[in-house]
Amino acid sequence: MAENEQVIRTENLTKIYQMGEILVHALHGVSFTVERGEVLAIMGPSGSGKSTLMNMIGCLDIPTSGDYFLEGELISSLDDDELALVRNRKIGFVFQKFNLLPRATALANVELPLRYAGIDGERKMLAQKALESVGLGDRIYHQPNELSGGQQQRVAIARALVNEPAIILADEPTGNLDSQSGEEIMRLLLELNKTQGTTLLIVTHDPDVASVAERIIHLRDGEIENEEIRQ
Amino acid sequence: MNLLMNLKEALQSLNANKLRSFLTILGIVIGVASVIALLSIGESAGASITGEIESIGTNVIYILSGNSFDEVTNPKDLTLLDAEALANTRRAPNIAYVAPVISGGSEVSYAGEGLESPILGITPDYQFVQNLTLSEGEFITQTQVEGRSAVVVLGPELAEKLLGRRSGILGNTIRIGSYPFRIVGVTEAKGGSAFNNPDRNIYIPISTAQTRLPHGDSPNSVQYILVSVDKAEEADNAVQQITDVLRSTHRITPRSPNDFTILNQQDFLAVASSITNVLTIFLGGIGAISLLVGGIGIMNIMLVSVTERTREIGLRKALGARKKDILLQFLTESVLLSMFGGILGIGLGWMISFIVSRIAIQYGTPLAINVTPNSILLATLFSAAVGIFFGYYPANRAASLAPVEALRYE
Repeated sequence: MAENEQVIRTENLTKIYQMGEILVHALHGVSFTVERGEVLAIMGPSGSGKSTLMNMIGCLDIPTSGDYFLEGELISSLDDDELALVRNRKIGFVFQKFNLLPRATALANVELPLRYAGIDGERKMLAQKALESVGLGDRIYHQPNELSGGQQQRVAIARALVNEPAIILADEPTGNLDSQSGEEIMRLLLELNKTQGTTLLIVTHDPDVASVAERIIHLRDGEIENEEIRQ
Repeated sequence: MNLLMNLKEALQSLNANKLRSFLTILGIVIGVASVIALLSIGESAGASITGEIESIGTNVIYILSGNSFDEVTNPKDLTLLDAEALANTRRAPNIAYVAPVISGGSEVSYAGEGLESPILGITPDYQFVQNLTLSEGEFITQTQVEGRSAVVVLGPELAEKLLGRRSGILGNTIRIGSYPFRIVGVTEAKGGSAFNNPDRNIYIPISTAQTRLPHGDSPNSVQYILVSVDKAEEADNAVQQITDVLRSTHRITPRSPNDFTILNQQDFLAVASSITNVLTIFLGGIGAISLLVGGIGIMNIMLVSVTERTREIGLRKALGARKKDILLQFLTESVLLSMFGGILGIGLGWMISFIVSRIAIQYGTPLAINVTPNSILLATLFSAAVGIFFGYYPANRAASLAPVEALRYE
């Protein structure tokens, strides 16, 4: 694959929700591209449509109109099971609230995407490797309640990495962490971007978090307000 | 997703809510236990009734007066004359013995202690029809019948109850009503049940019974007549001969129905099996209703569980779970729940039937309880089916959740 290949390309993404009687235009003709290995932040105040955009990019929802290509594949026309497959193979999610299974070990949590991918034999080995890469090789049998917030988010990152996705989608990854753990998590994400070349999309309203990105897209009222390119 | 992981995960999730899981399966436990217990009790009650009827022997035929199938105008009682006519070997060559019976109840007492008991007025041939043997003394003789003697032959259990012992009682006098009777014989213990137990019988000469026991309208009438044949194969011929003889003695015109009923073992078995079938279906139905209620309990709890775990479902979908993965996950849980309930229920049902059989034995009715593999299989499959049926709706609801909304759910 070429170095400057486009991983994400959206054309006029529009999402309209019906809320009771009124129609809400959450996204209004959003077009942008992301190249492989890029670190991109999406910023905007609440209600700007960044969650909706993240859901589209994460293949959790499909646009009302407009096209979304992920690694050249047109996502907007897929059915539920095909979307599930794309999420499983190409997207790694990191959530603000970690979203780990509470009664499962770190290892079992990281194994989850591999299970849905139907990987059986080397599942444990791959999950263990992912946990080692986030520095939790010695805690694979701990349950989430035995880990600190930062450690829990590391497990979530390992889970996002384990299927070697095209993009990692981090939604306020430091929102539930103290500032020191938050910095560590950001360092880890950037390091993974450098060493493994994973494309990183960060959705945040925190300028400090966004400042690590090479490019920042500012959203307002469902439209791109401006694009800020750094260094 | 392999099945083993699915099972393991379902177990973990059920284990995390132990009390709730237990309470949920309680309905299934009770349902399956009642199906198992009721079916096995019904079956063994049926078996014990059938066994009793078989103990009558294939070569005994009952003749009762009246006809419950056809309208009979001016029916006649069975009489001693009918019995005499049947005993005529020229008219009924296949009949071996004929025993007319007058039965009635009366108070029986000894040394002031009394009890209410059925009493049979019989002829000497009754002994041969019923294959009675005596442990002491002799059976009622023809002389005693002709002389209207006040003599009595006791079954051993009744003797025990009345006199406190089974032997050495010959010559003692008991009272039937206010009349004294001398004990001339005690029959050998044969065993039986509450329904039909010769060991509890009291036999007196039929002529004595005519004067001492209340019975039918005509002085010669009897309640029923027992007939025996030498070989079971002769029974059909005997039935035909009995019909011919009785129609002629009762002067029934050719087109009119019989005013008597002939029953052999086959007929009794047919009646008994239809009764026990109804009983089994009825009891099974009660069990099925409780299974249904248990199933609704599972559905209810699974719906609660789906709501509680909405975020988890959203997460799993975000990680790539397809609709059928989620469906399978929740179905596995509900099937596991109901299967556990089924297994516990089989154990409990077994225990209940065991206890019931113990109680039955205490009361003198041997009730052999057998929990058949069939009923276990039925209960297991049925409870699994309950799990699938009642688990499907909640599981489908979980599987159909939109990932975005499920993830956002608080």
